[in-house]
Amino acid sequence: MNNLTIKQSLDKLSKKEISSVELTKSCLEQIKKHNPEINAFITVDEAGALEQAESADKLASQGEAWEAKPLLGIPVAVKDIFLTKGLKTTAASKVLEDYIPQYDATVVKKLKDAGAVIVGKTNLDAWAHGSSGENSDFGKTLNPWNKEYVPGGSSSGSAASLAANMCLASTGTDTGGSIRLPASFTNVVGLKPTYGRVSRYGIVAMASSLDSIGHFTKTVEDSALFLNVTAGRDPLDATTPDVEIPDYTKDIKKGVKGLRLGIAKEYFGEGLDKEIKEKALQAVKKLEKLGAIIQEISLPATGHAIACYYIIQPSEVSSNLARYDGIRYGNDRSAFGDEAKRRIMLGTYTLSAGYYDAYYKKAMKVRTLIKQDFERAFDPSMDGVDAIITPVSPTLPWKLGEKINDPLKMYLSDIFTVTANLAGIPGLSVPAGFVNNLPVGIQILGPQFSEKLLFQIGHAHEQETMFYKQTPNL
Amino acid sequence: MSIDVSHVAKLANLKLSEEEENKFEKQLEEVLGYVEKLKEIDTSGTEETSQVTGLQNVTREDIAQGCEITQEEAISASKSTHNGLFKVKGILPNE
Repeated sequence: MNNLTIKQSLDKLSKKEISSVELTKSCLEQIKKHNPEINAFITVDEAGALEQAESADKLASQGEAWEAKPLLGIPVAVKDIFLTKGLKTTAASKVLEDYIPQYDATVVKKLKDAGAVIVGKTNLDAWAHGSSGENSDFGKTLNPWNKEYVPGGSSSGSAASLAANMCLASTGTDTGGSIRLPASFTNVVGLKPTYGRVSRYGIVAMASSLDSIGHFTKTVEDSALFLNVTAGRDPLDATTPDVEIPDYTKDIKKGVKGLRLGIAKEYFGEGLDKEIKEKALQAVKKLEKLGAIIQEISLPATGHAIACYYIIQPSEVSSNLARYDGIRYGNDRSAFGDEAKRRIMLGTYTLSAGYYDAYYKKAMKVRTLIKQDFERAFDPSMDGVDAIITPVSPTLPWKLGEKINDPLKMYLSDIFTVTANLAGIPGLSVPAGFVNNLPVGIQILGPQFSEKLLFQIGHAHEQETMFYKQTPNL
Repeated sequence: MSIDVSHVAKLANLKLSEEEENKFEKQLEEVLGYVEKLKEIDTSGTEETSQVTGLQNVTREDIAQGCEITQEEAISASKSTHNGLFKVKGILPNE
């Protein structure tokens, strides 16, 4: 039962073929069986989840409940960087190892209002600092597809728990690729929405101009369903514009006929594993077969994106982590792990007197160039495209321990994902096959607030390939 | 690119051991060496981007809306409180 998608579950729940309690118990069983090894969860809230499931079943018995509560009875997992009232929230750091939040993040509140059942808090790289899931102060998370390999990060537990069928969806954050990368490493769908599409209120801030709040699901349609719930302006987050929320599931089956898809040469050059290149180009061929028009484009500032990101992000991190002084909550700053300390110091340095102009100010200008690259690429008056298809990771998932002693090498895993965060555009990572039994993904990038189109393209590719039907041998 | 790690650690309110200082110095200089490459790119005439929403001056009416949490809840996560307040180390010398 835990192998079902959200859509399938909603169907069975509404027909009373299954109950939320059964569905939730099935997930909790899976967690009990496999979490000790996979370590996808930091906290499992069995009692709370069953209580929520029971009340979901009660509401369901009163009929038409799904109109008002579109996720009623669906077990979801929440990345442990989202505040959950009364339920321990750690950001996977010893600094917050015993922190019990006094309020819910807006997204958590929205999920609860939509009837979702929260089964637990998933593991991550501490403070969302990482691309592999190895930087957690609560132990690393394993890739369910091959336990010697990383699941990707920073939303490692959210990706792994979904891939291992411990939940039907999970939340994540993506500041430089932290949803898209682990999604591509675990054969699931990962959405990084447009910056500001989903509220950041109540989520431990990493880099406030880059943080995007998204989620993982098994299928593209599930992802659209989920965004219908989480999207929207929030008075508590001043960076959420008042943009209409369409029904993201509408037109999802429209297909790609006549759509112009861009292939940027800078994303397919040196540094890209040839096996991944092959998979990505195969995906493009499939979309072309389905009627899309493929167009070569150029995004010239791409090569400077990582340098730009690894100045802006640590700068904002150093500011956001200044609040952790052990006074109002948590432990003092000696509890920070190595990666947090590195990023705080990097940011402090690049913002300090004498260095601000050379680093931070310069990076902000390069950010403009990256943003303009995309604006040009999507501009209809400049022979623009509707969306861009790129690989997600330059390499296959790597073995645990392989990059952990080389911070710079780890940072370079983000070369294809940071651009979307710098430009504030959405990106959808979808399964694109397997190499040596390890998952590979591709990402679909679009203009700001084009999530509906991304789902349309992703769904077409998914229905043509059906990679989501494969599950790992645990 | 050389970085004065002990100075930066002080600014960042991080206490580091000498061993840590040496370890981080090497790693940070490597990263800084990489990000230096931004020097190559021409940004003359380019404006800075500090945010991507284009929003400005997002405000609400200046009317008190009450508080989501009680004083008790607000201090509930602290390890050092006194009389409903956060208790911290003194910063002014005693007379």
